[in-house]
Amino acid sequence: MALPIQYNLRNVVVRWRATLSTILGIALVVSVFVLLLALARGIEASSANTGDPRNILVVRRGSQAESGSLVSREHFRTLRYFDEVARNEQAEPIISAEVVVIVSAPRIDGTGEANTLVRGVTPRGIELRPQVELIAGRWFQPGQREVVVSRRLAARFAGFEIGGTIKAGQANLIVVGHFDAKGSAFDSEAWMDADETRAIFDREMYSSLLVRPRGPEAATQLMKRIEDDKRLSLRAELEVDYYSKQTMTATPIKILAGIMGLAMSVGAVFAAMNTMYASVASRTREIGTLRVLGFSRSAILFSFLIEGALVAAIGGAIGCLMAIPMNGYSTGTIDFQSFAETVFEFRVTPPLMLQGISFAVAIGLLGSFLPALRASRLPVIAALKSL
Amino acid sequence: MAMADEPIVSIRDLYKLYRQGEIDVTALDNVSIDITRGEFVVLMGPSGSGKSTLLHIIAGVDRATRGKVLVQGINVANLTESELADWRNQNVGFVFQSFNLIPVLSAFENVELPLLLTQLNRRQRRQQAQAALELVGLSDRAHHRPDQLSGGQQQRVAIARALVTDPVLIVADEPTGNLDAKSAADVLSLLKGLTEQADKTVLMVTHDPKAASFGTRSLHLEKGEIVAG
Ligand SMILES: Nc1ncnc2c1ncn2[C@@H]1O[C@H](COP(=O)(O)OP(=O)(O)O)[C@@H](O)[C@H]1O
Ligand SMILES: [Mg+2]
Repeated sequence: MALPIQYNLRNVVVRWRATLSTILGIALVVSVFVLLLALARGIEASSANTGDPRNILVVRRGSQAESGSLVSREHFRTLRYFDEVARNEQAEPIISAEVVVIVSAPRIDGTGEANTLVRGVTPRGIELRPQVELIAGRWFQPGQREVVVSRRLAARFAGFEIGGTIKAGQANLIVVGHFDAKGSAFDSEAWMDADETRAIFDREMYSSLLVRPRGPEAATQLMKRIEDDKRLSLRAELEVDYYSKQTMTATPIKILAGIMGLAMSVGAVFAAMNTMYASVASRTREIGTLRVLGFSRSAILFSFLIEGALVAAIGGAIGCLMAIPMNGYSTGTIDFQSFAETVFEFRVTPPLMLQGISFAVAIGLLGSFLPALRASRLPVIAALKSL
Repeated sequence: MAMADEPIVSIRDLYKLYRQGEIDVTALDNVSIDITRGEFVVLMGPSGSGKSTLLHIIAGVDRATRGKVLVQGINVANLTESELADWRNQNVGFVFQSFNLIPVLSAFENVELPLLLTQLNRRQRRQQAQAALELVGLSDRAHHRPDQLSGGQQQRVAIARALVTDPVLIVADEPTGNLDAKSAADVLSLLKGLTEQADKTVLMVTHDPKAASFGTRSLHLEKGEIVAG
């Protein structure tokens, strides 16, 4: 039978001075680890929320992203009358020809300027993205140089408040509303009328087409038809597929979390090992006494492992507490396709915290293994003699 | 079951050699003794004469180099490490010179500790630990930690811990070495009481002739050999 856990708990409490630095070190490692994963989680949430599985996005063949894509008006007109395209009650084809441009705007915190993606959309384009919801002000009126921006962007850029102005070349755009895009990629965008955008930014061509086919079969057929048509030289894919590729950016952050976690945990493992070796050394006689009373080597081993895990779990819990205030905090990263700033939210979720604490416990177990082994191998007599 | 007059401890031709570099130290040299149930045996002799070594071998924390050690008819040398640990838990109570209580545990928890290795349930453990604390007169200190107790009180808690599993044999290595005269007398009376009222067998190492006077028999060791005494 094992020693009671209170025994370990009280030993940790009694030795708090010796364990404090280890606990704080582990807390730091875990908070960094959790925050990196929270960011990855936020990025993933954005990709998960962005597309509609019924929509198809069309860009120029060879373009990796909308921002580098050009779609001519002629091609738009051709696609518009394809049979596979669904129509609304007014019998209009549900297709939105859109332009994306990059505008530089000053950051609210005064740290210079950053790029923002302005999307020229149509009424169909707004209908095709129901996750984008107006939460303040009103939608833009075409021809009035009006723009609606995401609430999260408004928190990061100066002049994005309602009534504010965004400088775009010679033109001044007036912000008339804020929308919320539920953590999707559109939360990093400003929207205005598509044709007005082309006029202001002097664009002959569109960037992309967003299409709603009649049904799943029509979708497959449409994608094939577009791909096969050599004259079009366009690429069509499901909107969700497009965004899940765009938001692959979560992977490097996860890899970074792994590498940082690993590198920092090496230090933490040695810190834990040091603490536990010291603990074993100062309790030689106590360990001997336990052995004399009949506790087995494995009971001693187990007890010290538990103690190391306990120290680490306390550190892990503190690390999670340190990470919690960042939950919901938005941050920007540069999207390397468009060089526009993309906004993500840190998502410190309970499963993530559990992961953080498990990570801490693993550090604790690893760090306390050798000290625990030493404790379990102390000869009973030697332990009795060290007075 | 052991007969009343069958020895609890029976030792024949016991040798213990320690190898120290090139030379062998003979800690025990051809020792043969019998101890019967209810005896209070005092082991005396100069420092380094092998008293602790003999005590440790009888109590199953050290092994003989040669010779036979039977405790209640069991040849302790034949037990594996983990069998020996169980055997100690069930058959031997230990009292140390420096008490060796676990600092973070209360008096009650220290006494209960050996019972965690038994089949007893929580309630039974509680009862037994309380009874043992009562026997040493420290029920009112059950929730004190060792550092909140005097040396004499700590040693009485240690005695409670030694007898809580109801072992046949209690070994004590200079149990009064760190105590004042009054506390020492209390501890010795307690040990004597255990042999007289509870039929325990006590083997105690001491330098102190006053302490030795509590025993029913004394053995003298010199350079590892039992000498007439
Ligand atoms: N672990 C050991 N290694 C080497 N020699 C030891 C060891 N333990 C005891 N001895 C030697 O054995 C002899 C008896 O020691 P011990 O039984 O502790 O004596 P006592 O308890 O009578 O003072 C001493 O000479 C001591 O130095
Ligand atoms: Mg000694």
